[in-house]
Amino acid sequence: MHHRRMDILYLLIPLSVVLAIAIGAAFWWAVRNDQFEDMEGPAHRLLLDDDDRAKPARPPEALPGDASGPTGDRGPSDEPRQ
Amino acid sequence: MQAAAGNPEETYNYRVVRQFAIMTVVWGVVGMLVGVIIAAQLAWPELLPSVPWLSYGRLRPLHTNAVIFAFGGCALFATSYYIVQRTCHARLISDRLAGFTFWGWQAVIVLAAVTLPLGMTQGKEYAELEWPIDLLIAVVWVSYAIVFFGTIMKRRIPHIYVANWFFGAFILTVAILHIVNSAASPASLTKSYSAYAGVQDAMIQWWYGHNAVGFFLTAGFLGMMYYFIPKQAERPVYSYRLSVVHFWALIFTYMWAGPHHLHYTALPDWAQSLGMVFSLILLAPSWGGMINGIMTLSGAWHKLRTDPILKFLVTSLSFYGMSTFEGPMMSIKTVNALSHYTDWTIGHVHSGALGWVGMITIGSMYYLIPRLFGRTEMYSVRAITLHFWVATIGIVLYITAMWIAGVMQGLMWRAVNADGTLTYTFVESVKASWPYYVVRLVGGVLYLGGMLIMCWNVWKTVVGSRPVDAPIPAPAMAHA
Repeated sequence: MHHRRMDILYLLIPLSVVLAIAIGAAFWWAVRNDQFEDMEGPAHRLLLDDDDRAKPARPPEALPGDASGPTGDRGPSDEPRQ
Repeated sequence: MQAAAGNPEETYNYRVVRQFAIMTVVWGVVGMLVGVIIAAQLAWPELLPSVPWLSYGRLRPLHTNAVIFAFGGCALFATSYYIVQRTCHARLISDRLAGFTFWGWQAVIVLAAVTLPLGMTQGKEYAELEWPIDLLIAVVWVSYAIVFFGTIMKRRIPHIYVANWFFGAFILTVAILHIVNSAASPASLTKSYSAYAGVQDAMIQWWYGHNAVGFFLTAGFLGMMYYFIPKQAERPVYSYRLSVVHFWALIFTYMWAGPHHLHYTALPDWAQSLGMVFSLILLAPSWGGMINGIMTLSGAWHKLRTDPILKFLVTSLSFYGMSTFEGPMMSIKTVNALSHYTDWTIGHVHSGALGWVGMITIGSMYYLIPRLFGRTEMYSVRAITLHFWVATIGIVLYITAMWIAGVMQGLMWRAVNADGTLTYTFVESVKASWPYYVVRLVGGVLYLGGMLIMCWNVWKTVVGSRPVDAPIPAPAMAHA
């Protein structure tokens, strides 16, 4: 039987096209969903999410609203924002 | 293992993160130990008793599977579950399904550790596992996707943090790569034949193989980078906009780099050249991301002096930058004519694996583990510093030995006499490589030694601790 040399490209190229379309659709969704509206805030909000539960007082500029100090209790200190 | 605050709906699921984090360290030791053993076998081939399941050919896939899918895989599960919850202010969508991904993934690893030494293999690099295990991987992976994307969908923060985009792309792409590349006709429970043959199979294999590097070993770990570097440095990422550009540029351009693994083979020349061009293009987003991560420390460089976790995280980025420069260079066909099939490739891979993947993982685990177990920090910070230096010296020894050996091999193989005959026999190049194999082994032993220090440190941190499930902040705060 005679086979074309690179039949596999008939799988890989359409697959790439489908993936490119899927990535494009995800990008379109992200734009429509205002995911790129604020390109500063998300970087700062990451730092406001305090996951240091038992750590003693942190630098004040990092956590403006954090009232929890080194209380020694194991309770939550995850309310950094008012 | 339950949280102090009773209602599980109000806490994050840290349990599954803890499970994966601990197993990251355990499998790291196992995978790197097997690596050290096979490095010793290359220097002393008759080191171990002459039984098939201790032979290099069977232990080598055990090493690669253990470090990539057990060590790296557990790290990706742990960090993605942690980050998606913390950045979405939402508990994982299903504790049971998340638990299933943990036990299912451990089952895959144990099955790999049994079947690979027994010689059961599909013969596809980084996809050696036989079809029943492949099916289990597919089920676990689909469950992982449901847990991850389900949690994204129930998020209380409208913006999806960039790390989640990297994890999401990694999860989806690995699912597609695994299913397409592993397509096979079973001949029995332990033997199957690939659905593809000859150069078609090679093309599919390296489409899978290189995208596995791109999405499993790069995109997922970039997700870690964009979370843990800002957190540990206590600085926002240098440019959030650049991180978004980094993501979209990387995923749009990655897919066609695979053919550079098949330079000077039966693959059509145009496909090789296409692979080379896409590989060169990849330098741009890779370095954009690397610079973005490193510049996050601007104004906080002094922290590098005292904070060994930050040392790990930032050094990992240096290795990311190095290997994403080296990779495109090696994909150039004229360079590849020298480097292909030599130990230079092994050096390149380990610059990425030990330097980038290993160090970002280790740094992330040192950040995570105390927080998961209600501690302020690791038991010994000095041991982290020691681990950092031992590991760094180990990597430097490893990759410089392989660079020298690789270039030497390439030059010896291509050397011809005036009459057109080869100057060296192959075995002469093997003999000349011996000292470098010993240096590589020393490098590997150091890296493994660092991992054992970590094991001890984690043990001391975890023992007698009270595992915690942190509470989720009140929804009132949630809108951005």
